[in-house]
Amino acid sequence: MTEVSQIFETMEYGPAPEATGPANDWIDAHDGTFGLWIDGAWVEGSDGETLETRRPSDGTLLATVTQGSAADVDRAVAAARAALPAWRDLGPHGRARHLYALGRALQRKARLFAVLESMDNGKPIRESRDLDIPLVARHFIHHAGWAQLMDAEPELAGTEGVGVVGQIIPWNFPLLMLAWKVAPALATGCTVVLKPAEYTPLTALCFAELARDAGLPAGVLNVVTGDGRTGAALVDHAGVDKIAFTGSTEVGRIIRKATAGSGKRLSLELGGKSPFIVFDDADLDSVVEGVVDAIWFNQGQVCCAGSRILAHEGIAPRLVEKLRARMERLRMGDPLDKSVDMGAIVAPVQLERIRELVARGEDEGATVWQPSWAAPREGWFYPPTLCTEVAPASTLAQVEVFGPVVALMTFRTPDEAVELANDTRYGLAASIWTENVNLALDVAPAVKAGTVWVNCSNLFDAAAGFGGVRESGYGREGGIEGLREYLRPSDQGDAPVRDAAAEAALMAAPEAADAGEASGAVDRTPKHYIGGRQVRPDAEYVLPVRDRKGRLLAEVPRGNRKDVRNAVEAARKAQGAWAKRTAHNRAQVLYFLAENLELRADEFARRLEGWHGASDAARAEVDAAVRRLFTYAAWADKWDGRVHHTPFRNVTLAMPEPVGIMGLVAPAEAPLLGLLSGLAPLVAMGNAVVALPSPGFPLAAVDLYQVLETSDVPAGVINLVTGTRDEVVPTLAAHDGVDGLWAFADRELCAQVEALSVGNMKRLWCSQGRVRRWTDARQGEGPEFLRQAVQIKNVWVPYGE
Amino acid sequence: MVQTRTAPEAPPGPRSSGHPPHAEPPRNPGMPLELDWVEQVRVNRSAVERRAATLGTRRSVKKAWQAGWLLRAISLMDLTTLAGDDTEGRVRRLCAKARRPVRPDLLEALGMADAGLTVAAVCVYHRFVEAAVDALTGSGIPVAAVSTAFPHGLAPMETRLAEIRASVAAGAREIDVVVTRSHVLTGQWTALYDEVRAFRDACGDAHLKTILATGELGTLRNVYRASLVAMMAGADFIKTSTGKEGVNATLPVGLTMVRALREYGEHTGARVGFKPAGGIRTAKDALLWLILMKEEAGDPWLSPHLFRFGASSLLADIERQLEHHVTGRYSAFHRHPLA
Repeated sequence: MTEVSQIFETMEYGPAPEATGPANDWIDAHDGTFGLWIDGAWVEGSDGETLETRRPSDGTLLATVTQGSAADVDRAVAAARAALPAWRDLGPHGRARHLYALGRALQRKARLFAVLESMDNGKPIRESRDLDIPLVARHFIHHAGWAQLMDAEPELAGTEGVGVVGQIIPWNFPLLMLAWKVAPALATGCTVVLKPAEYTPLTALCFAELARDAGLPAGVLNVVTGDGRTGAALVDHAGVDKIAFTGSTEVGRIIRKATAGSGKRLSLELGGKSPFIVFDDADLDSVVEGVVDAIWFNQGQVCCAGSRILAHEGIAPRLVEKLRARMERLRMGDPLDKSVDMGAIVAPVQLERIRELVARGEDEGATVWQPSWAAPREGWFYPPTLCTEVAPASTLAQVEVFGPVVALMTFRTPDEAVELANDTRYGLAASIWTENVNLALDVAPAVKAGTVWVNCSNLFDAAAGFGGVRESGYGREGGIEGLREYLRPSDQGDAPVRDAAAEAALMAAPEAADAGEASGAVDRTPKHYIGGRQVRPDAEYVLPVRDRKGRLLAEVPRGNRKDVRNAVEAARKAQGAWAKRTAHNRAQVLYFLAENLELRADEFARRLEGWHGASDAARAEVDAAVRRLFTYAAWADKWDGRVHHTPFRNVTLAMPEPVGIMGLVAPAEAPLLGLLSGLAPLVAMGNAVVALPSPGFPLAAVDLYQVLETSDVPAGVINLVTGTRDEVVPTLAAHDGVDGLWAFADRELCAQVEALSVGNMKRLWCSQGRVRRWTDARQGEGPEFLRQAVQIKNVWVPYGE
Repeated sequence: MVQTRTAPEAPPGPRSSGHPPHAEPPRNPGMPLELDWVEQVRVNRSAVERRAATLGTRRSVKKAWQAGWLLRAISLMDLTTLAGDDTEGRVRRLCAKARRPVRPDLLEALGMADAGLTVAAVCVYHRFVEAAVDALTGSGIPVAAVSTAFPHGLAPMETRLAEIRASVAAGAREIDVVVTRSHVLTGQWTALYDEVRAFRDACGDAHLKTILATGELGTLRNVYRASLVAMMAGADFIKTSTGKEGVNATLPVGLTMVRALREYGEHTGARVGFKPAGGIRTAKDALLWLILMKEEAGDPWLSPHLFRFGASSLLADIERQLEHHVTGRYSAFHRHPLA
């Protein structure tokens, strides 16, 4: 025992261990062995295979859990399916009571969960106690509110829960990720099969018992432990309506491919390499603490960790000096010690990966700096690490380390800061440090990220959506934007579904017939419409367009991959400026488009007779098209964001932003109206579009070129490439420069699009063959189109002088 | 190879003395007023508050460590009485407590019987300086006088300077002055600099503690800038409050001032002390402030040369906690001698 008088002299910190008794008692009560939680009871795995979960701080065995098999997953999905009707029928208030009970029960047992989490994951008890677990409770209580309001909130009218949800969560915030997934699912009336991460299953299992004790009906929440094989079985299960996944981009890709064509809803929260931008007027001492929160929180095992510091060249040396001094004072050790800043890395394989990446960075010329104190030798520890002399091209600037390693680079101007910030495949979060509100609010919209923290980092709350853009995935968790991931329109059940054969038949040119009398008009050569100009196709092949009687009306270009490439390039050049225009201005362009279309209504109606074979239907389509343009011109300056009520002194702005460069596969039917139903909302929200008009009758689109040209649509905002779906769609779906794609097409084509989209994890909206009545305003337009045309960026702006 | 510095040995501390191990640093000589530096100061209040809020959750000082740290807190205390009804008798009582702040049996139990533990100083109004000096004769405990028309500081400059000189002549070795808040609130940094410079000159060899009255400065940025100017003008200590403002020493203010003195030290090499005062009443508060100093300034700021608590009722709570540590039972105020 160290003497008091000695401590009086040295003023050192002593050990401050958190007691682990109750957590150990809970494990012991299960004899250190856990089955699966299915249908409200512990059940044994079907094939007896088990997994070990260990304490990262010393490698000792904590418990043995079950490796869930495909048969086990099947059982769990069946239980969730069986529980679904009663859970749905419980109604908003009934479900709200359950969610509230879960939140309160969790608060009562908060310390048990915090200790268990730190034992299993290795994170400091300070974090599990003060951040993870309170956020879990907050998430359930916040979503108790959403459950209560499901029928009352007008924005949620006409929706219902998607059904049975498969959820796969990571090991870095085990219980918090459970809450992020389970709370919105239960609130919306879904039932759940959850697979915790193989390294950190314990809090999820403990939560299952808590849910039982809190009276959650059997089967509503099922927990199936296991490794990636268990996850794969869940992803592949036909009885699952939606998959929600948080984890690596690599696994996200596999899931996207595996679910392609299944019609399963998908939300993916993936990796990141988030920028942490420091301007020269920032409070540097606060910046240093911001870096601590950004990259040394949870040992850097945070998907949104600020792992790239971009510092203004003028202040970078001072910042490095201050960071190094701060790193010397960080304390690393037993996660259950109340005086440590950093605990252990979750597993040896992760530790090895961190070491490898840092070594590679060093080989590439980075200066790697670590504090003088030594990390504990027992257990899986890695010290805080600051890498300087890192170029954007180096591994440490590009690859997600998922450890306490930060790379520092410099910039000269705000524009360059944004350019560097966006020089990544990812887009999860960003942090901006400046005392100049003009600068902060200028840069926040410019960085590609789902969350932007101004003068703060790694703040989370149930009321604000969290999620990424680009290869950081899609979907949001938290806020009303997150709730929507678990909802579907309740009135789409009766819409007809068309398969590929029916779709092809619909679009096939009628049998060639005699030309009949020649029109005598001057011969016309339709082209593509790219970059505001009618351009010749890359290769001279054509697609004949015939009317219902089989008479040849025109020969339009058969676009190929190079035409698509050129169109995307034109869209890229146009999109930024288009998004920066005022919404009022975009509305004006759409109104003008409507005006000019109306001027030529007769001509379009005559043309569409070639498709409809009847003049009434043709006229109706043109009229509807004019109305549709009006609708989105109207919406353009009214699709607002929100200000979320997060429990800090700040404004959290939920801003709708355009997805960016969009592909559009126009529906086979309604050659003019269908195309404009996709183009108008996308363009209204600031996207630039590359569209493939219906190959069944592309002439309506070709005629539109002149209308576009006379309506002040800026060059490149709308690009139309005619051709066959076989030739155009795969290139568009696979193009890494296309941020999102809408496909109103059969399920087979949608499956192809989904599978091809994994290169850059583009955001998809696929109709899966479900046919819309485009002339019907309820089906053919509205908020769903606008929501799909934007993504929500949450910008956190703390204030106070 | 990963580049690291060699691990430093733990600093060896003297074992027998009750005085903390750090030697008295040279006084801060001050420097010419550098307005560019003052103007470029940035303080983000929300971020400072976040850091302040987690200082106490990131560190925990328990058991023997808590006892050791609390004993250290006593040695850093400016035991203070600044009431309108102070009398010589009251001041002499305070001085007796300053010499023997903790019951001898408790010190014995804590292994501190021979450590010669006293508070750092006794702080009184000018009128009682002589009595305090007399009562503390032979103890080595300095007397500090609050001065310059404390607490408002609005008397004529000559009056204020005369007050300093009188207290020094009466035997005060430390002078706690107040600044003119309007200089800060209206950004008259030169006036503030000249004022503190004049105070310093009037102090002679006595140490100058400059009270910024942070509760009346409006913003943390003002606190930082006023701290810098006071240090440039030669303050030996910067101090938060008189104890008479509506808001006293808060951790965000303390953090801001400590960051200022750290930066000043990095630029000039001079070490300036820090004294939070007002509202620090519990042992838990004291530990928080010590954690703040250890984390943000470093161990040298855990010595009376560079850190003081301005407090009147803090000692009583610390005594109770120390008895609890010794006996394992919760203590009561009446079991400890009054100041």
